[in-house]
Amino acid sequence: MNRRMLLAAPLGAAVLGGGAFYAMLRGLQSGKFDPRGVPSQLIDKPLPGFTLAGFGSADVLTAKRPVVINFFASWCVPCLDEAATLMALSRRGVPIWGIAYKDKALATANFLVRNGNPYQRVAHDDAGSVAIDWGVTGVPETYLIDAEGIVRWRFVGPLPDSALDGLSKLAGL
Amino acid sequence: MRALLIIAALLFVTPLPVTPAWAISDPAEALPNAAQEARAVELGGQLRCLVCQNESIEDSGADLARDLRHIVRQHIAAGETDAQIIAWMVARYGDFVRLRPPFRLSTALLWASPLLALLLAGGLALGLRRRAAPPPPLSDAEQQRLAHLLEE
Repeated sequence: MNRRMLLAAPLGAAVLGGGAFYAMLRGLQSGKFDPRGVPSQLIDKPLPGFTLAGFGSADVLTAKRPVVINFFASWCVPCLDEAATLMALSRRGVPIWGIAYKDKALATANFLVRNGNPYQRVAHDDAGSVAIDWGVTGVPETYLIDAEGIVRWRFVGPLPDSALDGLSKLAGL
Repeated sequence: MRALLIIAALLFVTPLPVTPAWAISDPAEALPNAAQEARAVELGGQLRCLVCQNESIEDSGADLARDLRHIVRQHIAAGETDAQIIAWMVARYGDFVRLRPPFRLSTALLWASPLLALLLAGGLALGLRRRAAPPPPLSDAEQQRLAHLLEE
């Protein structure tokens, strides 16, 4: 009995490990598991306080409605990918406020003329310090702030069209 | 042959650049206080660069890593403890920013895995040894047959 258990223990461990590995691979394939992902520490917490040229956290709070905050930059190639999606989102009536990350004001303005401007307001985070306070690791990153100023959702990378419906619903539209 | 000699001579004579071009840290980044700078390097070595992920912010050439190195030095110069600075980083980027994961319920299995592997191997070795027990002694008939065979 004891010997059988000793034999079964490594076998059980191997089966368990194999099962966990399989689940991990499935998660990788479906996009549910990202080993390189840095989960946001802001979810269900109030947005960090900040003041920037353009707008600050106080302006987000006085908006008294859900706002999408999008970190972007004119030098960021994936930001080009999501430009059309953000335009579609703004056409649905979702307010999008942009924070230009480490960008020159003129370059930002040119970028918005060239690719369309989905933003109601644009702030300039020249030093990139506000992005660090938000836990941003790169541009683009998109956050949804609810009417009470609580961060409800975050997406890293170019926003896919498939996010439009869910995001509109979260924004109460 | 002569050309080869000249090339060889040139290779030895050409002065090699003293500072490698891939040096990441700009000396201007360092704190003037050597003890504080040593603390910053030690602390930065424990913080993950969120862009390159398997490098510490001290090793990484990414812009974000440079900004975080700068922040670590600012906080050290302001007199904060290592624990305070790590807490500042974790508040923004989560436990993932720490290259050495903290001991929590969710990381208990991770930390216990060396001990578990040792126990497993020990158990396995014990089981195998017990199975390899010496064979039972020969019966009288077998003894006789053995003696008979040896005589032949």
